[in-house]
Amino acid sequence: MNLLFLIGLPLLTAVAVLLSRNKQQVKWIALAGSIAQLGLAFVLFFIYQQERNSGNAAQMLFEQNYPLFASLNINFHFGVDGISIAMILLTAFVVVAGVLVSWKIEKMTKEFYFLLLLLGMGAYGFFISLDLFILFFFLEISVIPKYLLIGIWGSGKKEYSANKLALMLMGGSALILVGMLGLYFAGGRSFDILTLSKATISAGYQSLLFPLLFVGFGVFTALFPLHTWVPDGHSSAPTAGSMFLAGISMKLGGYGCLRVATYLLPEGAKEFADIIIILSAIAILYGAFATMMQKDLKYINAYSSVSHVGFSLLGIGMLTQTAITGALMQMVSHGLMTALFFAVIGMIYDRTHTRMVGDMGGLMKKLPFISTIFFIVGLCSLGLPGLSGFVAEMTIFMGSWQNTDAFHRIATIAAAMSIVVTAVYILRAIGNTVMGPIKNENYLTLKDAAWNEKLAAILLVAGILAIGIVPGWLNDLLRPAAEEIMNRIAGK
Amino acid sequence: MNEFFTLMKSELVITAIIFLLLFIKIGKGMKNDSLLSLVQALLLINFIVGFFFNKEGNLFGDMFYTSSLIVFQKNILSLGVYLISLLCSDWLKKTEHLPEFFILMLSALLGMFLMISSGNLLIFYLSLELATIPVAAMANFDLHKKRSSEGAMKMILSSAFSSGILLFGISLIYGITGTLSFAAIPGQLDGSTLQILGFVFLVAAFAFKLSIVPFHLWTADVYEGSPVAVTAFLSVISKGSIAFIFITALYKVFAPMQDVWYMMLVIFAIITMVIGNLFAIRQQNIKRFLAFSSIAQVGFILVGMSSGSNIGITAVVYFILIYTFSNLAAFGVAAVIAEQTGKENIDDYKGLYKTNPFLCWILALALFSLAGIPPTAGFFGKLFLITAGATKASFTFIIIAALNMIISLYYYLRVIRAAFMDKNESPIGKIKLGIAVKLGLIICAAGILLVGLFSWIYDYINSLS
Repeated sequence: MNLLFLIGLPLLTAVAVLLSRNKQQVKWIALAGSIAQLGLAFVLFFIYQQERNSGNAAQMLFEQNYPLFASLNINFHFGVDGISIAMILLTAFVVVAGVLVSWKIEKMTKEFYFLLLLLGMGAYGFFISLDLFILFFFLEISVIPKYLLIGIWGSGKKEYSANKLALMLMGGSALILVGMLGLYFAGGRSFDILTLSKATISAGYQSLLFPLLFVGFGVFTALFPLHTWVPDGHSSAPTAGSMFLAGISMKLGGYGCLRVATYLLPEGAKEFADIIIILSAIAILYGAFATMMQKDLKYINAYSSVSHVGFSLLGIGMLTQTAITGALMQMVSHGLMTALFFAVIGMIYDRTHTRMVGDMGGLMKKLPFISTIFFIVGLCSLGLPGLSGFVAEMTIFMGSWQNTDAFHRIATIAAAMSIVVTAVYILRAIGNTVMGPIKNENYLTLKDAAWNEKLAAILLVAGILAIGIVPGWLNDLLRPAAEEIMNRIAGK
Repeated sequence: MNEFFTLMKSELVITAIIFLLLFIKIGKGMKNDSLLSLVQALLLINFIVGFFFNKEGNLFGDMFYTSSLIVFQKNILSLGVYLISLLCSDWLKKTEHLPEFFILMLSALLGMFLMISSGNLLIFYLSLELATIPVAAMANFDLHKKRSSEGAMKMILSSAFSSGILLFGISLIYGITGTLSFAAIPGQLDGSTLQILGFVFLVAAFAFKLSIVPFHLWTADVYEGSPVAVTAFLSVISKGSIAFIFITALYKVFAPMQDVWYMMLVIFAIITMVIGNLFAIRQQNIKRFLAFSSIAQVGFILVGMSSGSNIGITAVVYFILIYTFSNLAAFGVAAVIAEQTGKENIDDYKGLYKTNPFLCWILALALFSLAGIPPTAGFFGKLFLITAGATKASFTFIIIAALNMIISLYYYLRVIRAAFMDKNESPIGKIKLGIAVKLGLIICAAGILLVGLFSWIYDYINSLS
C-alpha cells in the first residue's frame, strides 16, 4: 500500500475544506474526509496483518524512499511497523471523533476545520517517517494549528496558554534539533533511522545526545518537570483541540522518546534509565495528587493525563520488552480514553456552561447517554478490568516487575499506588457530577447527546473496549516492534 | 565584444532601464500610474532575462567576473526589487518624484550587481559606494517627514564612516600584499598581525552594512524613518547583496585566515542573534520590530557562514532567497496598512483578522516563515543554516542558535496574536488591495510555501556553489 495516501488524503480534505462555500459543506467534507482516513487506517492495518501472516519479517513494511534534499542526504523515507500502525489507528479514531464533536462550532468554521485536519496530517506524517528530518518537519508542522486553535477558539486565559504551549514545545524542538544534528554527523551524515540504527556511535557521545533527544521529545509528552504547558494548554483549548492535544500530540513525544532517543541511542538510554524512572514515578504520583485538588473537569483530566502519560515513560525507562509493549499500549489506550474524556467534558460544558464539579449534580437523570459515557471513561481511567487502561497498566507493571532489583521494585510499587489515588478522584468527580440530586433548576431542560456526539462517543468507546476485552491483537502488533528495540538495547 | 554583452548582461539591462527612465523624466513625463506599470513590467523582464544567456568568465583583467552562482544571486536581488515595486505600489503612486525614485533604486541595484561580481578590492569599494549613496537619498523620500530626513542623515553619516574604515582596511591589505586582486591576495596571506589588523577593518565595514551587533546602531532609526519601500529594500536587497559578497570574500579571498574569521563569526553570530532578538521583543513600531528581527536573522546567516565549506554557501544563498519572500511579505502587509491608515504600531493590528483575513494570513505565513516553523520555507532555510554551522561541531554554539529560535518565535507570535486573537473595539477598516499589491503578496506567499517543498532548488544552488 502506498503510504503517501496517509498524508495526501488529509491534505486533500483540508484543501477541499478551504475551498468549500458554506459551513454545512465544510463540516460534511471534513467528516467524509476523516471517515475516509479511518477507513484507510483500517485497510492499512489489515494489509499489514496479512503481510506479516504471510511471513514477511522485514522490520519496516511498505517502505518508500525518495531523495528530497539529495546533497544533504535527506530522503522522503516512509515505512511502518506495528508501533506506527497502532498510532495511525489511534490518530484516525481521534480525528473522526474530533470532527464530530466540533459540529456546532460557529466561529470561523472553515479555518477551524482546516487547522484541525492539518494537525491530523502532521501526526500521520510523523508516524510513518523513517527519516529524522521529515519526522521533525511533521512534528513542527503542528505548532501553527495548535497555537491558533487554542488562541482563537479557546476559553479562559487562552492567549497565555497558547503562548506557553508554543514556546515550551519550541524549546523541546530546539533540543531535538540539536540532538538530531548530533546524530546526523555522528552517523555519517544521514538522518535515516534505519541507517542510524546500524551506525556505531560511541557510548560517551550517546550519553551526550540522549538527554537532548529524550528531554526534547519529553516536553511534548509532559515529562516531569516540563509538563507545565499541559494543564494550561488542555484546559484552554476548544474541545476538539484538547482531544487532539492529549490524544495525538502528546503521543508524538512518547513515540519520539522510544523510536528516536531510546532506539537510536541504546547506550545513552541505559545510562539514563534510572533518571527516567524517577522522573516518571514523580510525574505519576504528582499528577495523581494534583488531580485530587482540581475542581475544574478539564484540569482534572489534564493533570490525570500527566499521571497517565507518566506510565508510558515509566515503561520505556524499565527497558524490558513487556514494559515497552505496555508503554505503547498505554499510549494508544490513553489517547482514546483522554480524547473521550475531553469530548464528554465538552458535551457537558456545552449544556451546563460550567466545568466546575461543585456546580453540577444529578446529570444522569437528564443526560443518561453522556453520563454513561462519562462513567465508562472514568472507569477506564482508574484501570477497571475489561477496559483498555487496565490492560496497558497491567502490562507495564508486569514488565517492570521483571527487573528484580530493589530500585525498580520500589518505583513500580510507588507507581502502582497512584491507582488508588486515581480511584479517589475519578469516583469523586463522577459522583459529584452524575449522581445525586439535580442542583440547578436550569438543568431540568437539558437535552441529551445529539447524533454527532453519540457517534463520536461510541467510536471511541468501541476502541477502548476492543483493547480492553481482546487485547491480543494490539499485543501481537506491538510486541515484535518492541522486541526489535530491545534487541538493539541488548546489543544483539 | 560579444563576451562583454553576455557577461555584463544583468548590468546592461539595469543601465538601459535607468536611461529610459531618465529620458522619460527629461521628456514629457508620464502619469505615475502608467509609469509604475511600465517600471513593473521592465523589472519583470529584467528578472526573466536573468535566467538566459548566462556564461562564466572574467572581464577587464579580472576586475569583473561572473559565474552561475553569481547570476543566481543577481536573480534573487532582481526578484526582490520587482516584488518591492509591486508591494509598495500604493505608496509609489503617490510619490512626487517617481522616476527619480526608481533611478536611485536601480542605481543602487546596479552597484550591488557590480559588487557581487567584483574581482578586485577597488571595484568592490566603488560599487559598494554606488550601492549605498542612492539608498541614503531614497531614505529621505518622505519629503515632508522630519524622521525621514533624520534617518537619511544617520544613514549617510554611518555609511561614510564605514567606508572610511573599509578604505583603511583595504589600504593596509594593499600595503602588505601588494595587490588588490581577489585572485592574488590569498597567496600573499600568512596571518601576520598587520594582515589581521587590515582584515579586521574590512570585516568591521561589512558588519556595518549588515548591521551585525555591535555595528547595528544606525539600523532601527533608519528603518523607522524611511518609507516602507526603502526599508524593505534596505533590509532585504541591501542585506542580501552584502551577505553574498561577504561570503565570497571570506571563503575565497581570506580562505587562508579561516581560523581567524571562524571565531569572529561565532562571536558575532551569538551577540547579533541575542541582542537582535531581545530588542525585537520590546518594539512597538512594526518597522522597528522588523528592523531588529532582521538583525537577528543576520545572526542566523552568520551561523551558516561560519561553516567555511560549500554547504555554508548553499545554506546562505538558499536562506536569502527564502528571506526575500518572507520579509517582503511582512513588509508588504505593513506597507499597505501604513499607506492606507497611517498606522504602524503592533497594537493597531489588534482585531485585524475580522476585517482583513487575507492580509492576516499572509502576515502569519511571513512571520512563521521568519520564525522557522514548517510548512513554510523558513523552516528549511533556518535548519540548513544551523546544519551548516554544525559542520564545525561546536555544541554550545548550535544550542545557543537553537534557543534563539524560541525567543524569536515569542515575538513573532506577539504580532500574530494581536492580529488573530486580541479584541479591538475599532480595528483597522477593510483595506482595498490593488491588483499589483495582491499579485506581489500572492507571489510572496507562493514562495514561502513552495520553495521549501521544491527541494531541487536547494540541490540546484548546491550544484552551483
